[in-house]
Amino acid sequence: MGHGGGGAMSAELVEHLFLPGFGAAAATGLGDSAVVTAGGARLAISTDSFVVKPMFFPGGSIGDLAVNGTVNDLAMSGATPLYLSTAFILQEGTALSELARIAEAMGAAATAAGVRLVTGDTKVVDSGSGDGVYINTTGLGVVADGVDIAAHRAAPGDAVLISGDIGVHGVAVMSCREGLEFGTAVRSDTAPLHGLVAAMIATGADLHALRDPTRGGVSASLNEIARAARVGVDLVERDLPVPPGVRDACSLLGLDPMQVANEGKLLAFVPAAQAGDVLAAMRAHPHGEDACRIGTVVSEHPGMVVARTALGGTRVINLPIGEQLPRIC
Amino acid sequence: RESTEPAGRVRRRFTVAGLVQGVGFRPFAYATAADLALAGSVANTADGVVIEAEGPAEAVREFGRRLRADAPPLAMVTAVDETPLEPVGGTGFTIAESSAGGQARTLASPDVATCDDCLAELRDPADRRYRHPFITCTNCGPRFTIITGLPYDRAATTMAGFAMCAACRAEYEDPADRRFHAQPIACPDCGPRLELHTPGGDRHPDPLRGARELLAAGRIVAVKGLGGYHLACDARNADAVAELRARKRRGGKPFAVMVADLDTARRLVTMTDDEERLLTGVRHPIVLLPRRAGGDVAAAVAPGNPDLGIMLPYTPLHVLLLGLPGDPTGPDALVMTSGNLAGEPIAYDDADAARRLAPLADAFLRHDRAIRVPCDDSVSRHAAGAELPIRRSRGHAPMPLALPFEVPPTLAVGADLKNACALGAGRYAWVSQHIGDMDDLSTIDALSGTEAHLERLTGVRPETIVADLHPGYRSTGWARDHAAGRPVRLVQHHHAHIASVMAEHGLGLDERVIGVAFDGTGYGTDGAVWGGEVLIADYKSYDRATHLGYVPLAGGDASVLRPYRMAMAHLRAAGVPWHPELACVAACPPAERDVLAHQLETGFGCVPTSSMGRLFDAVASLTGACHAVEYEAEAAIILEGLAASAGPAGDGYRFGPPADPGPVIRAVAADVLAGVPAATVAARFHAAVTALIADLAELGRDRTGLDVVALGGGVFQNALLLDAARRALRERGFTVLLPRLLPPNDGGLALGQLVVGACC
Ligand SMILES: [Fe+3]
Ligand SMILES: [Mg+2]
Ligand SMILES: [Zn+2]
Ligand SMILES: [Zn+2]
Repeated sequence: MGHGGGGAMSAELVEHLFLPGFGAAAATGLGDSAVVTAGGARLAISTDSFVVKPMFFPGGSIGDLAVNGTVNDLAMSGATPLYLSTAFILQEGTALSELARIAEAMGAAATAAGVRLVTGDTKVVDSGSGDGVYINTTGLGVVADGVDIAAHRAAPGDAVLISGDIGVHGVAVMSCREGLEFGTAVRSDTAPLHGLVAAMIATGADLHALRDPTRGGVSASLNEIARAARVGVDLVERDLPVPPGVRDACSLLGLDPMQVANEGKLLAFVPAAQAGDVLAAMRAHPHGEDACRIGTVVSEHPGMVVARTALGGTRVINLPIGEQLPRIC
Repeated sequence: RESTEPAGRVRRRFTVAGLVQGVGFRPFAYATAADLALAGSVANTADGVVIEAEGPAEAVREFGRRLRADAPPLAMVTAVDETPLEPVGGTGFTIAESSAGGQARTLASPDVATCDDCLAELRDPADRRYRHPFITCTNCGPRFTIITGLPYDRAATTMAGFAMCAACRAEYEDPADRRFHAQPIACPDCGPRLELHTPGGDRHPDPLRGARELLAAGRIVAVKGLGGYHLACDARNADAVAELRARKRRGGKPFAVMVADLDTARRLVTMTDDEERLLTGVRHPIVLLPRRAGGDVAAAVAPGNPDLGIMLPYTPLHVLLLGLPGDPTGPDALVMTSGNLAGEPIAYDDADAARRLAPLADAFLRHDRAIRVPCDDSVSRHAAGAELPIRRSRGHAPMPLALPFEVPPTLAVGADLKNACALGAGRYAWVSQHIGDMDDLSTIDALSGTEAHLERLTGVRPETIVADLHPGYRSTGWARDHAAGRPVRLVQHHHAHIASVMAEHGLGLDERVIGVAFDGTGYGTDGAVWGGEVLIADYKSYDRATHLGYVPLAGGDASVLRPYRMAMAHLRAAGVPWHPELACVAACPPAERDVLAHQLETGFGCVPTSSMGRLFDAVASLTGACHAVEYEAEAAIILEGLAASAGPAGDGYRFGPPADPGPVIRAVAADVLAGVPAATVAARFHAAVTALIADLAELGRDRTGLDVVALGGGVFQNALLLDAARRALRERGFTVLLPRLLPPNDGGLALGQLVVGACC
């Protein structure tokens, strides 16, 4: 039941169910995106499905997510996204007017991202009495020679950067879906990030790893990279950019802002000596104005993410388990 | 039959098994043989201590009796095997050298408080160890915390670098001496050195006097003790205590107090003879005792807490720190809290302590006898007629527990809070010292270090690892990360609580009990948070017979830290409107109230819970006693204190059948709104839980025919409840098993995990 939560359980499904089932046909890892070579070109490919409820929320819609989510997965391998496919699974009863709004949002997002929607498919299912829209998009992009960005390249000494405030998308969707007010209005940060990535690459820095911390938030992404690269990640808790609206909402709901989803943010692992240049380039870009450094990669405690707390302790940041369970006895 | 034996000369071999090495057993055997004028020998072997004793039959029989009855305080005799031999004659009794060979299944001894003989020497100006801060003998002093390896020998302790002087050597080698083979033996000529170090200042010429002056002046001194550094300050100095609390970032969690002597203790707390025995026993734990009105330690020592944790000085250094007769007056009650920042494990390595404690301490009183492994103070209380351990650590670790059946080499990693791990093999289980809460990286590292050292001391190489079922537990993650191909078995939290009690009471593999597990948080097989469970359990499996009715717990740990959220969840589930005049409702900020209402209505961010700990929290908040907690079980502790202070409270509330908290919540809310005093409400609630336990046990008996009830889980730290529950169950004809050797809380979980994991 928690298997879609973007945390330990989905990782477990991949490892213990999908990979064994796929057998020799599977590439190792099955990450969010893959870089393959075809006809001499380096192509990035990624696929993602979008099931967000509600479909429209402050700052965006499922249509924006369907484009930006896949664009960003491509961008995180340093690719320039070019083409998207899109497949719709519609539950019977979906209002055509809603579907039209979604299509318009997708068109606008694709235009903004500079990608073309080139193929698609539509199915209607009668499951339940719902009126849901599920969208799958698959994206294709090209990766320039010399660009090698991958989770396993994160290395001790790297600076860990974030492109801006965390948790806003998740809180925006949650407050909209639940009809809750948390004082300050919070809008989704959904945005295509390949332009920002291009600006970072243009500094000439050796970007080791990039990740858009979507489901499971910053916690999940940092843990995944720490495990993939067998390194430790040390954060400074007070350096995490958590806007007041997100902080308040999380405090009321008992959530950890680090586990809340983002749709327009990226985490970057770059050699500390180049972090200044990269940060400057990020801050000069509209999607990275509030970029900052939040931590450092270390060789100690490989596979673990820890945050130095205001109290002087070192809190271990778990891979989210998909549901909120108390640990305190 | 005995009396028909010829009164002539006989020879017998006694093989004594258990914790009998490194505890002065051979000198004891020697002295006993000498006293009875027996000939023979004593030796340490891989099987235990082997004694051959020869003399008149009556005397040899008496020798066998004393072996069992009068064993040295640190010894734990598990079996004495006797074989008749042919007499060989002779008059001398000899102590044979230890055979270094053989399997090192010798059991390392725990650290124990300074014995009366050593204390007398410490105070005797004529003794050569007068005021020696490291005085020790075979009956007392450091063991576990200084052992670097086995067999236990001076070379395998952190005393290895101190060359004995001739006088010490003579005592060490004299079988008749109290210090025969006392590995930490030392004296002012050859022992460790004390120093008082002030950052940026000079080393003080008289470290103890200097430390006492600093403490008297309200300063905070880091004191290197047996199992780590304490932070000490004058418990009667409000400013000093407040300063220590602020520096440690401790919140409201109580501090323990070390008092100079029993008289001082009696002025601060009330105690029974049993409690006094606990306080003065060989372990010298921290004992939780009811405060005496007017006992004037600073309020900030244990704010709002009905009890005070008191201990007596347990090392010569502590005795001297609190002063000998004739010393200039100094504090007679010291806050002694573990040397760490909140959440971190205790500092024990000198360099690490210097770094970590520098911002916390004004000075360091330390010495050059290294601590090999950290070991926190044990905490205990007296409940339902006997000792109830709250934290089993110094004085216990690494004492093994006898198991009722054989287990393969197994490691159980415990829970995430109050973590302690356990190793098991054959008929023994070694439960580690207290490790701490697994939130902090340093505590997780401490688990690794503790586990590795326990393997070294026991020779157990676990082939299976057992952990809790909770998917978010770091201890479970640790088990997976360290499995190295070994199977990791997951055990349900409350099954482990009950199995722990079964194992310490020696129940066999074919026995079943009615297990009542009342607890704060445990992950259930249905994904809910359990904690008010009746499990019909054996070691292999359990049947969840009844549980406290589910209510939604909103926002994970948020509802644990803010009991008003649980109070409001219970009110809602019980159909009681959120009257603004109810204290718990008033305690909830309006914005949070709206969000919480929505969560409880829709289930958003909620998980169902049957936790009895959370019900205690809810009632504590309903009465207005506690709305936010800063340490574990704070609300329940306050509620227990209130109930204990109540006079006759009339009838208890009643749960709905089989375990519906709704009627209790409705009655509590009605009483609170009617202005019934909080103490009365607390007492009626305790009575309700007591009756619930008895009723649920009855239900279990009707279903199964069983009449043995095991009580486990953190809720049973509550002495008032434990005592009442035991009485109620006995009145209904049940045999009641209570946690006695291990804490009822998660500190005792590893043993239960071990026995369950080893037999499934
Ligand atoms: Fe527990
Ligand atoms: Mg994705
Ligand atoms: Zn002694
Ligand atoms: Zn000496």
